[in-house]
Amino acid sequence: MVDNWGFIAVLTLVAFTVPLIGLALSWLLRPHRPGPIKQTTYECGLETIGDSWVQFKVQYYLYALIFVLFDVETVFLYPWAVAFLGLPLFALVEMVIFLGILAIGLIYAWRKGALEWV
Amino acid sequence: MNPDLTPTIWILLEAVVKGAIVIGALLTGFAYSTWFERKVIARMQVRLGPNKAGPAGLLLPAADGLKLFFKENIIPRAVDKGIFFLAPLISMTVAVLAFAVIPVGDPTEVPWREGLLQLGIADFDVALLYLLGVTSFAVYGIALAGWASNNKFALIGGLRAGAQMISYELAMGLSILGVVMIVGSLSLHEIVVWQKAHVWLVLLQPLGFVIYVITAIAETNRAPFDMPEAEQELIAGYHTEYTGMRFALFFQAEYIAMLTVCALAAALFLGGYSLPGVELPWFGDLAVFLGKVIAGMFVFVWIRATMPRLRYDQLMDFGWKVLLPLSIINVVATAVGLALYQNGVFG
Repeated sequence: MVDNWGFIAVLTLVAFTVPLIGLALSWLLRPHRPGPIKQTTYECGLETIGDSWVQFKVQYYLYALIFVLFDVETVFLYPWAVAFLGLPLFALVEMVIFLGILAIGLIYAWRKGALEWV
Repeated sequence: MNPDLTPTIWILLEAVVKGAIVIGALLTGFAYSTWFERKVIARMQVRLGPNKAGPAGLLLPAADGLKLFFKENIIPRAVDKGIFFLAPLISMTVAVLAFAVIPVGDPTEVPWREGLLQLGIADFDVALLYLLGVTSFAVYGIALAGWASNNKFALIGGLRAGAQMISYELAMGLSILGVVMIVGSLSLHEIVVWQKAHVWLVLLQPLGFVIYVITAIAETNRAPFDMPEAEQELIAGYHTEYTGMRFALFFQAEYIAMLTVCALAAALFLGGYSLPGVELPWFGDLAVFLGKVIAGMFVFVWIRATMPRLRYDQLMDFGWKVLLPLSIINVVATAVGLALYQNGVFG
């Protein structure tokens, strides 16, 4: 077990180092000729108007909020699923109730228009 | 040398070698996936595709890679430098890490090591949970790249990617649940062994498989769900401002993610590295595994050549109002079916 996590730690290191080496090699090989026009924001070819770090459409965050709720609930389902075959029938009933609550939450968000893209 | 340390050093060496092999294989896989995609799409559009660099254009990926090495990196003044630099590294590292728990063969006896050699970096009992966790990190690379670019189109691309990937992640997590229930384990190796002993899980979880395939395409931001980089609307989406090697890292991450979801589809639903009724040596297992991944990549390319891109609101609607309810129904149906089976209803 410790082996496995150690392996993953080593892989993380290697996986982070390899692209770094690639970047470093490329840094050695490539030309460096920055210019005032070259370093403007490309965007779409036209001159950029203003910053992009501004207030942005709230819809994206709404989805993120609903996601967090459902994701946490999904995590609860995993241990149940692993143990499912060894559990008594009552566990099934309980989980159906739990999923029912989940579904009601989805229906609520749906009815409230949180899933409507405006 | 202290004799007690020797095994540790060997294990460490094994870990480094394994890591190097996995990364080497993934990078080669990435290079030839791009070649494969161009070739297959060309064929589907009645063109020849790459055929100049080397036989059948096989040297083209190498030429592309070399070109990107020599390209100047332009860093616009307006970007957030630290995050701009870090985002492609995050994408790439996470894409490689996700592959760690994919089994490519049965544990094998080797002369230089006590115990069995795990084929694949690691195999532990929460492998699937680890994989889901690591893949959800992929959204950071893309969202941060979009934000750090300080470019409206990149920002929109990054935000779209964030919302899309987390939305489809839900349905993906739930679609895999049926498999976990039937096998009773989160270890990918055990799931494959179970399928070897019984039957491919795609036959028991057809709905789960379909939902998994759709969400896998959405998770990797591929057509028809390639909203984060919709060329006609967003220039190149989150990597508009990236050039040279940094762009290459995003490109690599995307293809490695595709390879990983194909490998995961094989492991979860299509018997992994095994063929029904045949016992193969380790290189046979590996060949079967590769064959399944290539078949999966073919489906990816096929879908890209066939389907037009969805509109963003349709995409979100589809994820939340179709796939999520369906995957909840799939979980309940699997649970009821298993309970009935256990109580002997199916005789």
